[in-house]
Amino acid sequence: MSNNTVTNEIALERLQSAFGEKIISSEAPFGLLTIEILPAAVHEIISWLKADEILQTAFLTNIAGVHYPEQENREFAVVYHLHSLVNNLRIRLKAFVPTGNPAVRSITDIYVGANWMERETFDFYGIIFEGHPNLTRILNEDSMDYFPMRKEYRLEDATREDKDNRFFGR
Amino acid sequence: MSEWLDNIEPGKQLSHETIDGDIATLNLGPTHPATHGIFQNILKVDGERILSSEQTVGYIHRAFEKIAEHRPYNQITPLTDRLNYCSSPINNMGWHMTVEKLIQAEMPKKVDYMRVIIMELARIADHLICNSVIGVDTGALTGFTYVFQQREKIYELYEEVCGARLTTNVGRIGGFERDFSKEFHKKLKTFLKEFPKVFNEFDSLLSRNRIFMDRTIGAGPISAQRALDYSFVGPNLRATGIDYDVRVMNPYSSYQDFDFIVPVGTGGDTYDRFQVRQEEIRQSLSIIQQAYDGLPEGKHFADVPEFYLPPKQDVYQKMEALIYHFKIVMGETPVPVGEVYHSVEGGNGELGYYLISDGGRSPYRLQFRRPCFIYYQAYPEMITGQTISDAVLTLSSLNVIAGELDA
Amino acid sequence: MGKVTLDGHVEAIDYQGFQLTRLDKVIGSARANSLWPLPFATSCCGIEYMATMGSNYDVARFGMERMSFSPRQADLLIVAGTISKKLAPILRHVYEQMAEPKWVLSVGACASSGGIFDTYSVLQGIDRVIPVDVYVPGCPPRPEQIIDGIMNIHELVKNESLRRRYSPEYRSMLNDYNMETDEQ
Repeated sequence: MSNNTVTNEIALERLQSAFGEKIISSEAPFGLLTIEILPAAVHEIISWLKADEILQTAFLTNIAGVHYPEQENREFAVVYHLHSLVNNLRIRLKAFVPTGNPAVRSITDIYVGANWMERETFDFYGIIFEGHPNLTRILNEDSMDYFPMRKEYRLEDATREDKDNRFFGR
Repeated sequence: MSEWLDNIEPGKQLSHETIDGDIATLNLGPTHPATHGIFQNILKVDGERILSSEQTVGYIHRAFEKIAEHRPYNQITPLTDRLNYCSSPINNMGWHMTVEKLIQAEMPKKVDYMRVIIMELARIADHLICNSVIGVDTGALTGFTYVFQQREKIYELYEEVCGARLTTNVGRIGGFERDFSKEFHKKLKTFLKEFPKVFNEFDSLLSRNRIFMDRTIGAGPISAQRALDYSFVGPNLRATGIDYDVRVMNPYSSYQDFDFIVPVGTGGDTYDRFQVRQEEIRQSLSIIQQAYDGLPEGKHFADVPEFYLPPKQDVYQKMEALIYHFKIVMGETPVPVGEVYHSVEGGNGELGYYLISDGGRSPYRLQFRRPCFIYYQAYPEMITGQTISDAVLTLSSLNVIAGELDA
Repeated sequence: MGKVTLDGHVEAIDYQGFQLTRLDKVIGSARANSLWPLPFATSCCGIEYMATMGSNYDVARFGMERMSFSPRQADLLIVAGTISKKLAPILRHVYEQMAEPKWVLSVGACASSGGIFDTYSVLQGIDRVIPVDVYVPGCPPRPEQIIDGIMNIHELVKNESLRRRYSPEYRSMLNDYNMETDEQ
């Protein structure tokens, strides 16, 4: 829909003038404004975006985690997709955290729906969301002791004995 | 046994504790006829009133996102089938559109219109299940049997296009594998003529039925602001009054060519959700009619030889086609590097695909933004203070599909 | 006085209101035509099972009109859909709560062997936790295939010994699954 007066450029400009050096870089792949921010500024920037009277990102679409084992000190990415319904504008925020301290502040006080999204990211990657009311595993069993979506773990269960890997091309 | 019989004091064998205000714990699930899926709710009840609810999900976690990192792009389509399996064509098309966005391919109008017809049929199928199951949970089983007969007709239409009934794996990256056959056209015309009659019968059973309305009005309400905070989407959000529909906001596959209304409710309770879905079925029928009447001529696939299998005669005669065929089947097609987020309006709302590609044969990261998972967390808030029977109705009206919940 | 056939397969000798037949044939026939299933439907195969219950394919004609969701009153456990490792103890619990005689029908590839989900969280076949009688392959199987599976269960039920639960083979099978066996 092309009736949105708030474009990617306007949004980026407002964010940069409010946060300056907390915004590391920005781009717009396939038209979606993607901004990399400092992990310490996640909560501040998201609550500002929600409260800003021009941008008004009232809708949290998604929280995802990504694991980049090769990038030094930036192994985990926490990706937030926000959506401003009144402006029809989507923004993607990315924060990179190192393996040694994979922690960001939780945004459950801004969006209630972030509760399970953050639990899922924790369950899969082990990223800690500080201030989350109940950061426990949600989809996997509670007794699981590793974070399965990390790249170093296999897809198949290592303890299964009925399938021979030789016949499955693995 | 006989001493127990001797010691019965009438009136004392009933458990008076809960009526006096003590709290009982009731386990609803994971296997329960009313949950229509595998999720557990541990309810704390005072008599019939629910005080709190604790949920456990993940009983059918199949690790889709991890599997997707090991499969080439065209083999991920069967995985997407099993997300919301009541309307699997929508999931398939959403995935194909995501990849087409990444490779920046333009689809011919005919492919768009064909996709719209199949997706709206899937939406009708999904809403039919949800509404008939709301009827079953209030005790009205007849609607269910009528509706499943109509679902069989929709299954026959799917079979004409792709051969499968439920988990369809329909379409390809780049269009469709074959054009609609004559049989499909005949069956679709019959369906468009016959289905409204049966649907109106089903509607007359429940919509203005005194008992149904008394059961469902006020059951499991949620306000619009709260629903937005919980990131509700789809018919559940529209029942609270917010008209967010991905087909209107970010149109894909030529939805802007069609004229349809987005129904909204007012109270956000079960009756509103039921009525929103009923109206959406009517709107979907109108969209299918418009798409079918305006179906353009042309090819049923786009010009993306790296992703779309070439015709078999060419494979036997031309070198280029042979190489493309080999690469596509072995999953060695080069995909551009990039990250893309695409969403479609699924049966339950905004189904999003967040794809990060690093140029390899399978995605680096594929995350499914699953609407059921996100709005199910609001369930305890919706049933606190309600009775157990309302809790059951609320659960079936939310249309929580276990495959989409756990992925 | 002459030979008659009841229910299509139980042979009897008819004489003025009396019928001479074998008890286990009659009981097997009665059991087979009134199985009460417990539909343990988890995912997509569950929807195909619902379609089988519908009027087009209709399992009600096999006497399976009344779905028993309580394991205490069910004869046939129909496991349709993927069983994850988190759900496996619950499936076992439900199976152990069922009263003898009981049969298990595993519908779909996921229940039979894990299906397309060879992952860390999916149980590779329900026969790793409970004994299974008939497997129906498919992803999902068509309702005709599910009915074929049910008819195979009928063959098992009709021809089963009334003292199956006390036989040494059955007891050793249950011991393999670490389940308690009946006292004689």
